[in-house]
Amino acid sequence: MAAAPAKSSFSLGRVVLYTLLVFFCIYYLLPLYVMLVNSLKPLSEITAGGMMALPQDWTVAPWLSAWSSAQVGVEATGLRPYFLNSIIMVVPAVALSTIVGALNGYVLTKWTFPGATILFGLLLFGCFIPFQMVLIPMARMLGLMGLAGSVPGLIFVHFVYGIGFSTLYFRNYYAAFPTELVRAAQIDGAGFFRIFWRILLPSSGPIAVVCIIWQFTNIWNDFLFGASFSDFDSQPMTVALNNLVQSSTGVKEYNVHFAGAIMAALPTLLVYIVAGRYFVRGLMAGSVKG
Amino acid sequence: MGFLDIKQATKSYGTVQVLHETDISIEEGEFLVLVGPSGCGKSTLLNMIAGLEDITSGEIAIRSKSMNGVKPADRNIAMVFQSYALYPNMTVSGNISFGMEMHGIEKSERAKRIAQVSDLLQISHLLDRKPGQLSGGQRQRVAMGRALVREPDVFLFDEPLSNLDAKLRVDMRTEIKKLHRKLGTTIVYVTHDQIEALTLSTRIAVMFGGYVQQLGTPKEIYDNPANMFVAGFMGSPSMNLFPAKVVSENGQPAAEVTLINGSTAAIPFATDTLGSSIGRDIILGIRPEAITDRDGADRNSQSVHIVEAPVEITEPAGSDTFVVSQIGGKDVTGRFRADVAVNAGETFPFAFNMEKAVAFDPQSENRIA
Repeated sequence: MAAAPAKSSFSLGRVVLYTLLVFFCIYYLLPLYVMLVNSLKPLSEITAGGMMALPQDWTVAPWLSAWSSAQVGVEATGLRPYFLNSIIMVVPAVALSTIVGALNGYVLTKWTFPGATILFGLLLFGCFIPFQMVLIPMARMLGLMGLAGSVPGLIFVHFVYGIGFSTLYFRNYYAAFPTELVRAAQIDGAGFFRIFWRILLPSSGPIAVVCIIWQFTNIWNDFLFGASFSDFDSQPMTVALNNLVQSSTGVKEYNVHFAGAIMAALPTLLVYIVAGRYFVRGLMAGSVKG
Repeated sequence: MGFLDIKQATKSYGTVQVLHETDISIEEGEFLVLVGPSGCGKSTLLNMIAGLEDITSGEIAIRSKSMNGVKPADRNIAMVFQSYALYPNMTVSGNISFGMEMHGIEKSERAKRIAQVSDLLQISHLLDRKPGQLSGGQRQRVAMGRALVREPDVFLFDEPLSNLDAKLRVDMRTEIKKLHRKLGTTIVYVTHDQIEALTLSTRIAVMFGGYVQQLGTPKEIYDNPANMFVAGFMGSPSMNLFPAKVVSENGQPAAEVTLINGSTAAIPFATDTLGSSIGRDIILGIRPEAITDRDGADRNSQSVHIVEAPVEITEPAGSDTFVVSQIGGKDVTGRFRADVAVNAGETFPFAFNMEKAVAFDPQSENRIA
């Protein structure tokens, strides 16, 4: 077998295959390249044409401007406060929906009760309700709760919307978790939460990572809820980015827009890179059988 | 009142009754084995004792204290699972101490008991490993250690050996028996392996179809099976069961059987029990070791009878040779000494030890003699 791949790697098929792959790779990375180079050149270089060219005059001024001084809406605050808004929104929303999803999954598989399947079905149904349908009822709810136009209101919306998916993930994961472990812990004297905390959660790494990546990406990138349920001081990054692009006075500062767009995309990228490392299988090895 | 009392306990799932009224009472230090094929209700009964399943009706009591509605953790029991159910995220010592930790036992005491138990089970060198790094036999020991360390009133074993390979299974079986002798603990043990049941237990409950078919010592179960199910299930190779007719021979009741060549033979019973049932159709049960070659027959038996029968097949098994013939259309296996020259196709004298024979009613399948 050792010799075969070496021989075939020179074949025509391989060459065509790799050429195609490289081509598509470049094709998909091109927008990122354009954003990156144009965010690092002065505006004059962009307006002079040559979007694809490397900067002649390297500068980080567009980045600084996008971050702290660009005109967003009516105030020249840059994206910084909105970035913070997004962080303050996304962290609790992801944490809450993941924890509640894990608890739901635990109950739905290990402490089942009559009607559990129907409840799970309804939760699943919640995953697939289009966002637009809930806008008005949700606005009314937030108003009644006194959370309208605030970051906690957005946290609440994303938390509730996230439960469906996080429950789905954890339920399916825990369905394959050996029930005998739960029974052994019961006999050992552990209660409901103790079993969850000491036995199930430590073995939930892979699915927790999946859930966190999913929730983080969705909540961070959400525009509709952010645009509908926030005020000027509670807008998330996505809405602010839109305002930045829309509210330029006079000249369109493309380089600043590019820098802002990259900033808005960075956290999700970071989550993939950091969390992906923990995306390993086999954490359950050795619990049961041989 | 025994140490563990099961009184008229039943279990139903909806309209399906998986365990019918069951009464078992065992004394302190007994080793009770629940044995039967899958779906017979044995694991359900064990889980009911553990408190993992509710009792539909009846009562289970340990030390004369009713356990109905008592949580598993408060029953002072420990359980060893078929899959071992070791906590994958904890080390071996973590696994062993988890139950003590949950019961609020102090750290120094926990360490002392872990040391004792790991010493007893020879797993001291494994204490810092995770279950994933252990072999099947080692996991089995850890699972037993986790149960032992709790010093419970009753140990529950749920098919603990069925995931081990054949050789290890036999070793661990002996080890469990030694442990029981040494510690004198009360054990309820579930298995589908009748050899495990016979070798380990002080008493056996043979279960089938949600009923306890027979409860007794291994010897009682083996020698005096209550019905054809118990007779056929316990023992390997299983008891020969074949149709016969009670006839009178010289004033003595005898079993008339039909051989493969169409001829009949009458084998006199050792006792007079069936003397009033002349003409009745029965199922005769006789274990392979009670059908031997002439010289291999039990010399203490007063009732060895020779039947000339054609040999259908021979199965040399090293220490013995199993010789198969047909009686009444059923395969009948005899256990001959290994050095007896017997070949398939020839007619050979089979020595029936009728002192060991039992008779069943063909309809009810219950024991009649």
